[in-house]
Amino acid sequence: MAGEEAKVDPMHQFRIEPLFGSDHWEIAGYNIAFTNSTLWMAIAAVALWIFVLGGMKRELVPGRWQMAVESFTGFIDDLLAANVGKEGKKYVPYIFSVFMFILFANLLGLLPLPLAVVGVHPFTFTSHFTVTGVLAILSFLIVLVVGFWKHGLHFFSLFVPHGTPLPMAFIIAPIEFVSFMIRPFSLGLRLFVAMMAGHVLLEVLSSFVIDGLNAGPTFGLIVSVPSFLLMIGICALEILVAGIQAYVFALLSSLYINDAEHLH
Amino acid sequence: MDAESAKLIGAGLAAIGAGMAAIGVGNVFGSFLESALRNPGAADGQQGRLFIGFAAAELLGLLAFVVAMILIFVA
Repeated sequence: MAGEEAKVDPMHQFRIEPLFGSDHWEIAGYNIAFTNSTLWMAIAAVALWIFVLGGMKRELVPGRWQMAVESFTGFIDDLLAANVGKEGKKYVPYIFSVFMFILFANLLGLLPLPLAVVGVHPFTFTSHFTVTGVLAILSFLIVLVVGFWKHGLHFFSLFVPHGTPLPMAFIIAPIEFVSFMIRPFSLGLRLFVAMMAGHVLLEVLSSFVIDGLNAGPTFGLIVSVPSFLLMIGICALEILVAGIQAYVFALLSSLYINDAEHLH
Repeated sequence: MDAESAKLIGAGLAAIGAGMAAIGVGNVFGSFLESALRNPGAADGQQGRLFIGFAAAELLGLLAFVVAMILIFVA
């Protein structure tokens, strides 16, 4: 079949390619070339910087931009106030940064840039476990440091919920320990898989559109047109997922911080 | 049956997990909507719990996707 040669590889979009610096940039034997992943992380950081800077004019009557930034900070402020209480105030900078960084990364990765400039593809770096795993470990380390700093060795009482009968404690403590240690994995895995699955789905649907059009007008009508309509719907769903996953990451981080602040 | 086709069948079977997670996520949002319509005043305060339930149900479906990806590309 002719279709075999021009098969669309849905995993190609996740390939990390060095842009420059692949020759001599090494740390301890590992190459640290400036890759497309690095580039899009930098773009997300700069876009976030500009977005927040534009809203920090501290006008008494806020304009549209300041209103947009303040609604985001207010949203995170409410999230932490509801989940952690008044001690949550000092975690607003961290949760806000991580939420906005993930949100910008997810949304930038969905940009249809090839429509504007041929050959330029956005790279969704949140679809790599290395990135989301580091973000999750960051949240986990904050929980550990705050927990041990504030409660000392008493932090281990997190594994025995208040009011557990003694015979049950021997069963519950290992379960609680495992569920505690699995947190960074589930936190990073959720974001990475949700983003990756969505992008694979879009790629597969687009390959339906392309292959259907290549197979002739009849197939184009019965395969490509419905696939294209579905793709528009899935794109809207992906924008929703981008927001929800960033929110879930921030929400779960704040819940874990609540555990560290207040134990059970 | 050779190992390669067994892997692909296993990856296909893992897709059942995605459907199961769909039931779970639908149950979370459906129950929320049902109770939110009964008591709209209490609905806004429970949105955090809604998304915790959503995240927990969704994670298990995503794990099925990971199993499929591991079977196809890693194993």
